[in-house]
Parts: sequence; structure tokens; C-alpha cells
Amino acid sequence: MSSKIGDKTDSRFLDSLQGSPSTDEFIKGLWRDNPVFVQVLGMCPVLAVSNTAENALAMGLATAFVLLMSNILVSSLRNFIPKQVRIASYILIIATFVTITDYMIQAISIDLHKALGAFISLIVVNCLILSRAEAFASKNTIGRSILDALGMGVGFTFALFCLGAVREIIGNGTFFGLMLFPDGFQEWIVMILPAGGFFTLAVWLLIFNAIKERRLKS
Amino acid sequence: MKEESLWYIFINASLISNFVLAYFLGICPFLGVSGKMETATKMGGAVMFVMLISSMCAYGIHALLVAINAPFLQLISYIVVIASTVQLVEMFIKKMSPALFRALGIFLPLITTNCAILGLALFQTNKGYGFIESIVYALGAGAGFMLALVLIAGLREQLNFADVPGIVKGTALTLLIAGILSLSFMGFAGLGL
Repeated sequence: MSSKIGDKTDSRFLDSLQGSPSTDEFIKGLWRDNPVFVQVLGMCPVLAVSNTAENALAMGLATAFVLLMSNILVSSLRNFIPKQVRIASYILIIATFVTITDYMIQAISIDLHKALGAFISLIVVNCLILSRAEAFASKNTIGRSILDALGMGVGFTFALFCLGAVREIIGNGTFFGLMLFPDGFQEWIVMILPAGGFFTLAVWLLIFNAIKERRLKS
Repeated sequence: MKEESLWYIFINASLISNFVLAYFLGICPFLGVSGKMETATKMGGAVMFVMLISSMCAYGIHALLVAINAPFLQLISYIVVIASTVQLVEMFIKKMSPALFRALGIFLPLITTNCAILGLALFQTNKGYGFIESIVYALGAGAGFMLALVLIAGLREQLNFADVPGIVKGTALTLLIAGILSLSFMGFAGLGL
């Protein structure tokens, strides 16, 4: 739904970028169809685990990994999955990779696993992954699906990082755990609370809308 | 209030740690279907029903998985149960009220990918709730989801008449209101301690 709007408003920007179609599959996830700022998909983890830059980055990478693997598998099985049960099969594929990711993160860092909590498991129900499987991977070749997944994954991670960095710097006075300000700095506690997540995302959307509007006018 | 009392579980799930405004679960339908009060109420009802069924099933599945010692199947079996429940609700609504079916549109099958429902199943497992406690927890979470949805729908209906700058219209405005709502819900935190 939202991607259509993105297609319309930014078609000129796209024309200037379009080198070959395959690079476009990658580029579109970064900006024109950015999953968070333009399509507004997969909001739950974006808001919930973006309280520090580190959590946000880890979450973004985990989601990108699941997205890449499920896109590859869905696209290679696209001729074998019957149309009636496709959504169920996609969800099963995604759930399998999420379980793998969950155990992998647990093996790499217990602390990180604790910080992200149930939100790793909740990657299963991230609309972004299912929508890419349904809208793209089920209709395109493996190569194009990989590019699409990489672009969307990087775009998602970038957006999460934008939120996490702002919230950590203002709300906690730190960046990746390093102190940024002298002692007198008063943290804005509200930014690491749930309400801060809504506000930060709203402000980022405003910035994106403003840039888009200016480009349309000029 | 004692922490294990059923009343506390209900209040905790619906107000203190409201699924939408404190845990950020179920944001997609929260942003997508909250334009009109009527659809918001019915969507809330549908989600509540799916929550109740899947919470009961999740309790059974968890017991079974512990018995056969296969915790890695948890996620996969939960999502299958949720998907089938949603299919059931979809068929039911299509038969009973085609108008409502059209109004909910794509968001009805998308209840499957509503994090609030899978989140509920995972949280109740993590907290080790029994059968009755699980049901109360599901009811509380459903009521909280509906409350948040109805509140924001009411606000958005009023805001349709407000004259806001072009760039704020749409999602950004909804998020700003949600932030303020979330701030006010923090006031309920005092109920817990």
C-alpha cells in the first residue's frame, strides 16, 4: 500500500539512480522503499529494542539475516509451493530460521540475548519479512531475491540504528556505552522509555517527509 | 495487590504493561486500522478472541513440548496454532458479516503476524503461568489492546477536522499521539507496586 506512494513520489529520484535493474533491487530498500521510513513495516521491534545503538544494530542484523535466508529459500522453492498454502509455508520457513538465529545469538552473547528478550522470537511475525517473501521472493529469481533481501535488510538496520543512536545519545548520554557528555548533562529519561520510541520515530518520519516534499517542489 | 492474584495479572496485562503502549506489540494494526472507531472496536474484538484461543493452545503445546523435550519446536508450533485460529476467525467473519470482512480487509489475515498474539504466548510461557492464569492474562492483554486501539481511533477521528501541516499528516501524527498516550499510560505504573 505505502510502497505505491513511494513509487509515485520518488520516481524522478529513482530515474537518476537507475543504473541497471539489479542494482535497483538493492538500492530501493535503502531509500525509496525503505522498510521503516517509507513502508512503515515491522514497527514492533523498531520501537521496542531501539533504546540503545548496540541493541538496535544487533536486532537489525538478526532481522536482515532471517530476511536473507528466507528470501533465498522461498525464491528457490517458488515453483514447488502450492498457491493455497503459500503463506503457511513461508511462515514455517521464517520460523525455522528465527529459531536458528535465536540459538545462535544465545551461543554468541547471553547478555545480548537477555537485552533483546522475546523480540528475537518475534522476528517471525515481522511483517517486513513476510511481505518480502510474498511480494518479491515468490515471483523472482534467487539472485534478484538475494539483492532485494540485502537492500531491505541494510535499509532496516540503518533505520533501526538511526533510532537507537538518537535515543541512546539523548536518553542516556552515551553512544555504544561510551560517555559523550560531561557530568553536568541531564539525561532525557523519557527517550529510553516507550514514549520516547514513538516520539523519535515520529520525528524521523517528519524529517523524511520534509525531504521528500522539498524534492517534489524543486 | 499480591503479584500472583488473578486481578493483578489482568490489570498488569491491560494497563500497567499495556501490550501496545508499553511493549510495542501489535503496532501494525494499531497504525493501520485505527482510522475509524467502529472498525477499531471490531478489530479489537477479533484480536481478543484469537488471543484467548491461542493462549489456551499455547499452554497445552508448552506442556507437550516439555514432556517430549523439544523446546526448539516452540516457536514453530505456536505460529501454526495462531495461523489456524486466524483462518477460523476469518471464515467465521466472512460468513457472519461480509461488510465487516471488507472493512477489516488485509488486516484480518494479518492478525497472524500480529506480534501481540505470539508475544502473549511467549510471555505466558516465560512467566510460567498455569491454565487459569493464562486465560486471565490473555483476556487482560486483549482488553488492553482494544483499549489502546479505541483510544487512538477516537483521537484520530477528532483530528480529521484539525488543520495540520502536510508533512505531519498520516503516520507521523498517529505516532505523536501514540507517544503522548504512552506517556499517560506510564501513570498506571504506580498500580503495580
